[in-house]
Order: sequence, then structure tokens, then C-alpha cells
Amino acid sequence: MLPTEIKESLTRRIETASHPPELAVDVMFAIQDHYGWLTDEAMEEAGAILGMDPLKLEELATFYTFLYREPVGKYVIHLCDSVICWMDGYESLRDHIARKLGIGMGETTPDGLFTLLPVCCIGYCDRSPAMLINKKVYGFLTPEKIDAIFEKLRTEAQSTERGTAEAPHE
Amino acid sequence: MYPQVLFQNRKPDRIATLEEYRKSGGYEAITESLKNRSHKDIQEILLESDLLGRGGAAFPAGRKIMTVSDDAPYPRYVICNADEMEPGTFKDRVLIHADPHMLIEGMLIAGYAARAEKGIIFIRPEYENAARILEREIGLAEEAGFLGENILGSDYSFSIDVHRSGGRYICGEVTAQLNALEGKRPNPKQPPPYPTEKGLWGKPTVTQNVETLCCMPHILRNGAQWFKDLALTEAGAGTKIYCVSGKVNRPGCYELPMGVKLSEIIEEHAGGMKNGAEFKACLPGGASTRFLSREHYHIPMDFNSLREAGHRLGTAAIMVFDEDTCMVAATLNLLEFFARESCGWCTPCREGVPYLKDLMWRIEHGQGEEKFLSMLRKQSKYLWISYCAFAPGAMSPVEGLLNDFEDEVMAHIRQKRCPFKGGE
Repeated sequence: MLPTEIKESLTRRIETASHPPELAVDVMFAIQDHYGWLTDEAMEEAGAILGMDPLKLEELATFYTFLYREPVGKYVIHLCDSVICWMDGYESLRDHIARKLGIGMGETTPDGLFTLLPVCCIGYCDRSPAMLINKKVYGFLTPEKIDAIFEKLRTEAQSTERGTAEAPHE
Repeated sequence: MYPQVLFQNRKPDRIATLEEYRKSGGYEAITESLKNRSHKDIQEILLESDLLGRGGAAFPAGRKIMTVSDDAPYPRYVICNADEMEPGTFKDRVLIHADPHMLIEGMLIAGYAARAEKGIIFIRPEYENAARILEREIGLAEEAGFLGENILGSDYSFSIDVHRSGGRYICGEVTAQLNALEGKRPNPKQPPPYPTEKGLWGKPTVTQNVETLCCMPHILRNGAQWFKDLALTEAGAGTKIYCVSGKVNRPGCYELPMGVKLSEIIEEHAGGMKNGAEFKACLPGGASTRFLSREHYHIPMDFNSLREAGHRLGTAAIMVFDEDTCMVAATLNLLEFFARESCGWCTPCREGVPYLKDLMWRIEHGQGEEKFLSMLRKQSKYLWISYCAFAPGAMSPVEGLLNDFEDEVMAHIRQKRCPFKGGE
């Protein structure tokens, strides 16, 4: 069940919107932020809040790159595979990440920390090869840099578990 | 050093503030227009300036606004297309991070010219930072009286919302974007009716690219002739943000006069070829354009010159390939992109692009046959009958490959391997 405050703030936004369906993606993003991904229950709740048929929302949830209809890890890695990043070493970085995390494209680590997903050009060709982790960009990637980023995120995840406040996203 | 217009307030480490934008003449154009110009005057000036859409299609911006008829119903919408998803393109992100109020004023001007009351910035989720910057700066513009009811004491009211996309390439297509905004699956729609007649929620809607909108305040402040004179070529107008990437020493965005030579962009501005390599080809304007080969190395980079040479300037995202890059593998990568991003709505695109990708994969991996060339040529023709410009865009690099690099394709087929990869 969605916490009352999230539900109420979304309902308030919809009440003041001239066309509530314009908020379909926003509402699903907000609910996804809460659950981590769009569960069946989440889809029903999104439909109820928006006054839209959940099947219509299903069309969107399965279409968009950044809406997840399956469970994902705490950190979702989108590794850019378009032509500039490809030219600058995408394939070897992909293999490095796969080895390092022990997962293939589309998979999540057993500890639920990382999910690796493909993504088309993210618009950071001036810093290629590049990737996003939870929509934050990391550029000029090297295997060493990737290792350091993963290490930092692991530490961050551990400290959140211990109850330390999570640093807000950039 | 060429005049910097759109980048005049660009700083290496932070965005320009509202005060800085105003100090450079910002918001003068809309202030003056609200006092002394009718919406028709603005349409005329934009048309006369020869400002062409910077999002890839190069449609005259003034003419697009003029297609909103005087008796068209209200509310009318102006949409800023910040869904910059054409591979190799990142100019809109850089523009928003450099001087967000330039975009806000551009939207105000387009809005006033179309008598629209509502602006929407449609932005890709990868640009979350840009979305937050815009939301914050829109708030500051409201406080300063540039947005909201009765702007600067006039009878004109205009507001701007930021709309985050869920992230798919097709959302950059104007009609698909309207569906996306309405909370529908973003399939393209085939006009008529055109969006300027029946767009968002059935109301007149003018969609313009970020860079196009950013040009508008400068055109109104300095005049149409001034804008035309910024270009180096007779047919060009204005400056252009060229975003250069790939095998160059200094990838990045460069504001240069429209019509500057490709060779100059690469050698003088982007720092030349990486490791002293040799230029082999570039995609001049994103993934949906044809490869420009060495013979065009000195071509003036404006819409007209490229069209006359059988090419397109597109978004002016120049992706540079050197002699060690395999053009078959590069084309395969582009086809993988298009096959994955096809929205699947119409058959030629949904079935045809993966088919071509498969043929290209086999050529690259040593399983190609000579007859594949004619198969590729034949199939790419069918893709022109698809629903929107996506599939023809996907065909552009394939056609360029077959046209200019047939030797390379044939070398793959004859050697039964990619000649650019070490022996196996």
C-alpha cells in the first residue's frame, strides 16, 4: 500500500491539473520511487489515482526505458551503447561490468544492489564512454573508474542500511 | 573568434543567472514586443530572418507559427522539444545549462507570436538536472513578472510547465510527443490535421526545438537582417551550435556561423583528429543522416549546402570516424539503435529495420553474401513508406554505407570476416 502522504500529494497535483493524463508518467515515476519498481499493485494504484484504466498505463510502463515493470536493484546502471560510446570502448566496459558484478545485461546482482540495462545515446557524447546510475551521469569511463564508483555505492548502501541518512541525488 | 550569440553568457562551471541574462540584454525583446509589436509583426520578423528549425527537420520557424490561423481556438500551446535523443546530439542540454532564461524568453516570444497561453517543455529523463534548473528558473522568471498573468502590465498571459518523459527516442517526433503528453502510447500520428491546427488536446500547438527558441530573442532585438548576416553562406542564417564527438581531440559544443566548413570545425575548433588519425567520414547531423565521406571534407555546414550535396544537416551533431573505424560495424551499431527504438506502430519500420540489422550483423560477422547488397538496397526502399520519418532516418546511414563504402562492405563479404579486427 502506498503511504498516505504520497497518495495525497499525487491526488492534489491531479486535482489542480487541467488534463490529468498528462501526469501519467510523473505519477508512475513517483510510485516507482517508493516501491523500487512498478508492481501489479503499483499499477492498480496509479490507475486509481489518475482515473485511468491500468491497461492504458501498462502500455506506457512497458514502453518507456525508465519505467520498470520488473524488479530492479537499488542502483540501475544504464550503460550507453550508441555509436560514440561504442567507438570509445563500450563493449569492453560492458564486459568489465559483467565480470565485476557477475551479471549480464538485463540482470540484477543477487544482493539486489545493481541492475545492468542497455540505453541508447544519453546525450553525453562529449564525455564518452558514459553511463547513468539512477539517472546520474558518469563520463570518461575506464574500468578503474567504474570499480571506484561501484565501491562508493556499496559503501553508501551499507551506511543507509545502518540508518544513516541517504545523500540526496544530485 | 566568431560572435557568440546563444553562448554569450556561457560559463565553464555554472549557469548564467537571471541578472546576468538581463544584463546582456535579456528579456528586452519580449518587453519591447509586448509594448510595440503585434503578434503578426513577430511572425513577419521570424519569417524574414530565415530561422530554420534546429531540431533536425529545418522547417522555417516563422512559417510554422503562421500556420496557426487567426480564428484558431484557445487555449493554444507552445511546446519546447527538449527530448534531445538523436544520437550524437547534446546541444540542447548544453544550452539549458548555459543560459536557461534565453530559452524561457524564446518560449515567451513564440507564445506571443502564436497567441498561446501555455508553454510546455518536454524533456528526456536523462536530463533531470536540466529539468530541475528549468523549474527553478521558471519560478524566478515568474517572480520577476516575465511569466504569469498580464506580463509586464500587458494583456498577455503565459505560463510554462516542465514535462518529464519516460524516455524513448520516438517521443522526439512531434506527433508522437503529443500522444506522450496526453498520457497515451507515443505512436506518431499522420497529418492532416497538422498540430498547428489540432495538436495537444485538439488545440493549436506549435512545437519548436530548444536552439530554435533560443535564437528568437536575438532576432527580435537585432533584426532579421542581422541574423541572416551572421551566416557565412548566402543561403544560411544565424549561428549554429555544432556538437562534435567521436575521434576528435576536443569533443564538445561550438557556436559558429552557419555555413562554416566541416574541415574548419574539426581542425580548428574540435582540436583536430585524435592521435593524428585520418578523417574517414562523419555523420553530419545525428544518426538519421548519411555518412559524409572525405570528398565533402570542406563542405560548408548549412542546411542548403548539405541538401544540394544529397545530405542533411539534421541536428548538426557531427560524429567523426577515423580510418581505423569499421563503417560496417558503425552502421550495425546505428541499426541496433533504430531496431530497439522503433515504436513498433507500423509494419515497415517494426519488421524492416530488424531485418536490415540482421543482414548487417551477418556481414560484420563474416556470414555476408554478395546478394545482401541488393537485398539491403531493395529493403531500404520499402522503409520509405513507413508512418513517420523514423524508418527513412534509419535508412540514411545504410544508404550512405552502400553509396560511399561499398568496397568496405565487399571486403567483409570476400574475406568472410571484419577486416578491421585482428585475425582469428
